[in-house]
This record gives sequence, C-alpha cells and structure tokens, in this order.
Amino acid sequence: MSLMNTAAVSLGSLLQEVADKHRKRYRFVTMTCTDIGDGYDILYHFDKDYELYNLRLYLKKGEELPSISSIFFAALLVENEIKDLFSIPIRDLVIDYGGRFLLTEDAPVAPMGREGCSRSIDIRLQGAPEEEDK
Amino acid sequence: MVSLLKSIINNVLRKPVTRCYPVERRNSFAGSRGHVEMDPSTCTFCGICARKCPANALTVSKEPRSWTLEPYKCIVCGYCADICPRKSISMNPNHGLPGGI
Amino acid sequence: MPGSKSIIPFGPQHPVFPEPLQLRLMLEDEKVVEALPAIGYVHRGIEKLAEKKEYTQNIFLVERICGICSFMHALAYCQGIEMLMNVTVPDRARYLRVIWSELHRLHSHLLWLGLLADSFGFESLFMQAWRSREAVLDIMEATTGGRIIISTCIVGGVRRDISEELMAEVLKTVDALERDLEIVRPVVFDDYSVKQRLVGTGRITSEQAYDLGSVGPVARACGIARDFRETGYAAYKEIKVTPITETGGDAYARARVRIREMYQSIDIVRQAVRDIPVGDIAVSARGNPEGEVISRVEQPRGEVIYYIKGDGTKNLERLRVRTPTFANMAPLLAMLPGCELANVPVIVLSIDPCISCTER
Ligand code: SF4
Ligand code: SF4
Repeated sequence: MSLMNTAAVSLGSLLQEVADKHRKRYRFVTMTCTDIGDGYDILYHFDKDYELYNLRLYLKKGEELPSISSIFFAALLVENEIKDLFSIPIRDLVIDYGGRFLLTEDAPVAPMGREGCSRSIDIRLQGAPEEEDK
Repeated sequence: MVSLLKSIINNVLRKPVTRCYPVERRNSFAGSRGHVEMDPSTCTFCGICARKCPANALTVSKEPRSWTLEPYKCIVCGYCADICPRKSISMNPNHGLPGGI
Repeated sequence: MPGSKSIIPFGPQHPVFPEPLQLRLMLEDEKVVEALPAIGYVHRGIEKLAEKKEYTQNIFLVERICGICSFMHALAYCQGIEMLMNVTVPDRARYLRVIWSELHRLHSHLLWLGLLADSFGFESLFMQAWRSREAVLDIMEATTGGRIIISTCIVGGVRRDISEELMAEVLKTVDALERDLEIVRPVVFDDYSVKQRLVGTGRITSEQAYDLGSVGPVARACGIARDFRETGYAAYKEIKVTPITETGGDAYARARVRIREMYQSIDIVRQAVRDIPVGDIAVSARGNPEGEVISRVEQPRGEVIYYIKGDGTKNLERLRVRTPTFANMAPLLAMLPGCELANVPVIVLSIDPCISCTER
C-alpha cells in the first residue's frame, strides 16, 4: 500500500508548492521525517475536508532544509522537533530553538537517525539501575 | 459557586464515596489484570513469553529451568498470558501490594 | 516600574499543571506580551522504540504515549496496521471499539473539567468531576481489566468481549453519569464566577484557529465543524456523529463544547450497546505490514495522526505520531499574548494539554 494524494517536490520548488497550498486554504497537519540511509524522506501533510495531501521531499544528508514556518506558523514546532531528532539544519525558522527544543545539552545527537539510537539501546539492555532498597 | 451549593451540602451530609484505604479495600473486578501468575507444572520453558513481552520483563531459560518476572518492569498488559502455548500464565485479578510486601 | 518588561518562567512544575510544560512569559506589568513554550521534560523516544519492537508489541507501547487517550492510540495504530495488512475487523469488534472509545472520551473530558476547575480555584467542582470520573474508570476495569490503559485493541479486533450483564452495567454507569452531569452542566454554563473567569479568556478567531491548524474542541469552539468521527471509522459508519460546535472561540466555548460532547458520548454508548451485533470479536492477522499508511482517529483532544511505514518484516520502519496537543500548541501561542498572568493557567488548561502526547 502506498500513500494516497502524494506528490514529489524538489528542494527548489518546495516553498512555492507550500505557499500554493496555503493560498488554496489547506490546513497544515504535520511533517514526517524518515532516515532512509543516504538521505531523508520528508513528508509534508496537508488536510482539506478530511482528505490528506502530502508533499514528498527527498533531502540528501548534509543539505539544508528551508523552513516553511513563515508560510504556516504551525510548522515551527515540528520543524524544531525534526531539527533536534535528526540533526537536520533548517534555515529561516520563525522561532529557532537551536536544537534544544526537545533535547538537552547532554542528549544523544540525532536520536531518531539510523545510527543515533545506540545509546538509548544500551540503556534498555542494561536495564534500570539496581534499586538499593529492594 | 452558588449553583453547586446544593450538591456541596448534600455531599457534606452524605456518607463519603471514598474508602478508608488500606483498612477498607475494594474487591477487584473479575477480569482485572492484577498481576501475572505462572503455573510451573505446565510450563515447558520454551521462552515464547519472554520473547514476546513488550517490556522485557521476563527471563526464561531451559537449562537450568528458570522463569523470572521482574515486577518493576512488568506493565501488566497480559500479552504473555495470551501468547503462552501451554496457557501456563494467567492474570490474577488481585493487585499486588506496592513494593511486593 | 510601569511599562518595563519581565520574563517569568511559568512551569515546568506548577500547581495547576498536571504535566511538565514550561512557558516563558514576557510580561508587561501583569499583561502577557509574548509566550514561548519549552518542552522536552517527558520526551521518551517512543517513536524510536517502536522501530525496535515487533508490530504486535507496539500496541502496548503506543497506548503509553498518553494514558488518557490510550485506547484511541491503540485504535489508530491497529486501524493503520489493519489497512496495511488488508484485515477486515468483525462487526462486533468495531462496536466494542466505539464503546471503549467513548468511555475514554468521557473520562478524559471529566479529567479535564476537574483540572480546569482547579486552575481557577473551584475545588468542589474539581472533586465533583473526578468523582464522576471514577465510575467510568470502574466500568472500564470491569469490562477490560484495566482502569485506564485498557489494552483491549489488537490487530484484527479486540481482546475481550463485553457480556450481556456487563453491557447492562455500562448502561447503568452512563445513566448515573448523565445525572451527575446535570449537576455540573449548569455550573459550567451559567455560574457567575465561572463565567467571569472563562468568557472572553483566550479568545481566537475562527480564521486563526483554521490557519494555525487547531484540532478537536479548540477548533470546534471556533465554529469549525471538524470531527474525524464523521468520516466513519470503526462503527461510526453506523452511528452518526455530528460535530458539536460553538462560536465563541474562548475558554468558555471550549468548555461548553466538551460538556456537550459528554452528552453526545453517552448517547453514542447507548446506541452502540443497543445495536451491537453478535459475532466474533477478532480475526487472526497473518503476515507482516508492508507499505505506508496514514491512520486518523478523533481523540478527546482532537485528531491523532499515525504514519506507519512497514517493510514486510515484523518491525516497522517508521512510526510517526502527530498528537492533537501538538497541533493545538500553535493556537495556544496565539491565545496567550494580551492576557493577564492570572489567566494563563485557565487558558493553558482550556486546550486540555497533554504534554506526554506532545513529546512522545
Ligand atoms: S510461553 Fe508459557 S510455556 Fe513457554 S516459557 Fe512462557 S510460560 Fe512457559
Ligand atoms: S504482563 Fe505484559 S509486561 Fe508483564 S510479563 Fe506479561 S507480557 Fe510482560
């Protein structure tokens, strides 16, 4: 099964397409980012009358993503989240948390990336620290 | 505030709806997922429950035969009871006491 | 000094917040001019963990994204997997899913009502609401085995059936709840002091609500008739739901929407209990999910969106959850500027925030 109403966009035409959606009174729903190895698969979900329309963007690793938060203000939260969890540089954010939206200084880098989870797995395998008063 | 006054007065005069726990306890409902129980006489120590437990709370080994549940990790979902091919695991409706006293 | 600005960190530990959320409020005297949320205190990396667990185990994981809408999280997830695996759920299971969904909505709205009352210092209303909620939790435990995290939804159906006697108990519970609601409804709708605190507080226009992507009661309180149950998932195909809307766009309108939704939920439960067909409650699902799907469900706080990508193995490639509070965060930022500091808790609680959902 593949996603319905999905159109591919390029980095160059992204902002235009998104502005077009805004003009046509679509609601911004959210973004989904998936680490697919050599790049990221980024989906922009829009909604109109209970139908979802998606824009699919392929972003190479290391490339910078332009923020759509100046078009859809609501996108700023999810963009900050993606910036944190995948360490994707995003430019022109309306409010930029600088990678500290969800994560703190000592958090793992890009925890949602393919490689980025090693530390959290360690914690899981080691189990919780032994309680002293057991 | 005033519109709730009637019920407030009613509530003051009636007996409380709360219980004086732990002196007075509510009985568990029949199908409650209280805590996990395993019957060692039917278990084959196959380890399926340990592999399927979403919380990694179970450790099973065939040799030597052992079946351990870490109560602090168990989320009492009852999946192990569903999945066990020998139906050795059951959910006891009574909730364990905190800290396993 | 009049006119000077100060910044107040509001939270993360604040008496009215059930969950850790920090708002950095820029104040001019007592007036909020800017608000910035700081979250991340309860981020648990559930989306990542979901890639490590088997898709069947994930049901228990997604239920723990948020305790209050746990059943609906499992429902959205299972419906997504069912779409991927082409599983048709038996009719009885669809109705049972609706019954539990609506019981969840009831207890969630009662929880919210208590918290909102607490935020403006109305302790007796808080107690009254939570006392009624306890009855809903009891019936949930009796029918499912769990008070809140009921773990009954599985891929292909549900794990438990509700017997005839228990169905009667469910009806008794909602009848009693309706009587209890008759006590609190006039308080929320007409009480002078409640209205003083709620009317006009945190008002946004319908235009703002639409543009900022608000969902659930926040959108419906602005007159946007959006309720995903209308599209007819589970047994909502047979049980028609009309979105409940108000036009005020303020905290009072949001409160009215939720109170009226409780009555609606009671009706839905009654209708589902009356019409439920007999039959199987689950079909076995074989194979593994493959492909991408988006599954949506109306939760008490609004619409949840699950993006599921499976690669034909028992582990998922990606599970992404957009929870309703995440969507209502941007409208919240539009509600706060211009309000008095004393109204901040009321406004925050009027969107019924669920921070665990937001951060996952
Ligand atoms: S699945 Fe059942 S039989 Fe196998 S080890 Fe677990 S309890 Fe024993
Ligand atoms: S009840 Fe759930 S968490 Fe507890 S041991 Fe069984 S499968 Fe694991």
